[in-house]
Amino acid sequence: MNFVAPLLLSLKLSSVTTLLLIVLGVPFAYWLVFTRFRWKFLVESVVALPLVLPPTVLGFYLLMVIGGNSFIGQWYEAIFNKPLAFSFQGLVLGSFLYSLPFAVQPIQTAFSSVDKKLLEASWSLGRSNVYTFFRVILPLSRHGIITGCVLSFAHTLGEFGVILMIGGNIPGVTRVASVAIYDEVQSLNYGSANMYAAILLSFSFIILAAVYFINRRFVRTL
Amino acid sequence: MEKITGYGLLTVFILIFGFSLPVQAGDNILIAAASNLRFAMHEICQDFREENSSIQTKVSYGSSGNFFAQIKQGAPFDIFFSADATYPELLEKEGLTAKETQKVYAVGKIVLWVPKVSKVEPYKGLQTVTFSEVKKLAIANPRHAPYGRAAEESLRYYGLWEKVKGKLIYGENISQTAQFVHTGAADAGIVALSLAISPKMSHEGRYWLIPEESHSDIEQIYVVLKKGEEKKSIRKFLNFIKGEKGGSILSRYGFVIPDNGDNRS
Repeated sequence: MNFVAPLLLSLKLSSVTTLLLIVLGVPFAYWLVFTRFRWKFLVESVVALPLVLPPTVLGFYLLMVIGGNSFIGQWYEAIFNKPLAFSFQGLVLGSFLYSLPFAVQPIQTAFSSVDKKLLEASWSLGRSNVYTFFRVILPLSRHGIITGCVLSFAHTLGEFGVILMIGGNIPGVTRVASVAIYDEVQSLNYGSANMYAAILLSFSFIILAAVYFINRRFVRTL
Repeated sequence: MEKITGYGLLTVFILIFGFSLPVQAGDNILIAAASNLRFAMHEICQDFREENSSIQTKVSYGSSGNFFAQIKQGAPFDIFFSADATYPELLEKEGLTAKETQKVYAVGKIVLWVPKVSKVEPYKGLQTVTFSEVKKLAIANPRHAPYGRAAEESLRYYGLWEKVKGKLIYGENISQTAQFVHTGAADAGIVALSLAISPKMSHEGRYWLIPEESHSDIEQIYVVLKKGEEKKSIRKFLNFIKGEKGGSILSRYGFVIPDNGDNRS
């Protein structure tokens, strides 16, 4: 068994998921902060769901939605000539939903904590929304964006239940590090299970330490 | 804002398409194997690769019922080594298999296994599981693991099921069940003989072969799936398993190899 492959797969999954989450999460968080949409609280509840849902609930419904018997699953297979469930792309979709609150919430908090007076100043000086966003909101929210990045990366790295349900345990395709631990334990290879576990543990610790370090520095510069 | 959303969507599509490009691995066999094969299949694949270095075998292990569900949902396996005859049959009915490829490749056995340190003497028979030393008895989940079903049948056959029901812990598949006893989380377990005599377990405990009349035959059947129908490497792999080398590995792991020509469809 290739020891490194699951780790690389985990890194790849976390990177792709984080990238997607930031690219889509930033405009989405912006919308959440500035919209006057009546039912915004419902949208926010949906985003926060993965925080409280058992991963198996998400995994089950995802499998129903993207599996080979569903409309979406068949549509995807017709276009790409391979199933979405039990594929890397399926995992990206699952991880995206599962880590959504970890990206959106810190960014949303950061956006909404930007002083409204600064925005009004920018607007009244004739700057557009886009200019204001890039030159005022974004720079003032960088800690929130970094936190969102780091947390969604770490959360995806630690994902297990959703991946096992929608990805199975296919070597090189969906066997990420967290699933590899499960597999190694069942193979009675406690040594390599321990290696994976120790790597994930240290990595998670380093990531969280980095988040707290960044936030501490941010508070100080206020 | 529209501009940003536009770029965002563009990036997403590029990413999705980029990762969707078919990674054409020429001779890759994706195998779903019942987890009683965990150690035997590993050896088979190693030996097979020595002869066919151009063919890559990738094996996932799990309970047969779980694989059945996954294959129905479109899991991309080429061949499925089930621990029973039922699931390949059901897959055939669903039209997910290549025609006339079902074959019995091994007949399995179950054993009562206890860790080395245990005071329980498994040789005294299955009723030892009712002793007070056995606080937890591990079996595979009978709902989707054929070896769990066999364990339940044997316990019922000896009239022990009702007595041990409260002690049972269920492994998701037979190798998780073995892991439960191996780690001492359970005091005894009903596991596959193929796991009990694997190098990992044989030095760590003792076992007693559960008489075969107490459960229905564990006829293990493989079936080639639609996804693997066209692959030439599959034929090579199956010939290897049915051949002398594959057969000798399987019998070394305690499987009974059926006579050739027992094709099912």
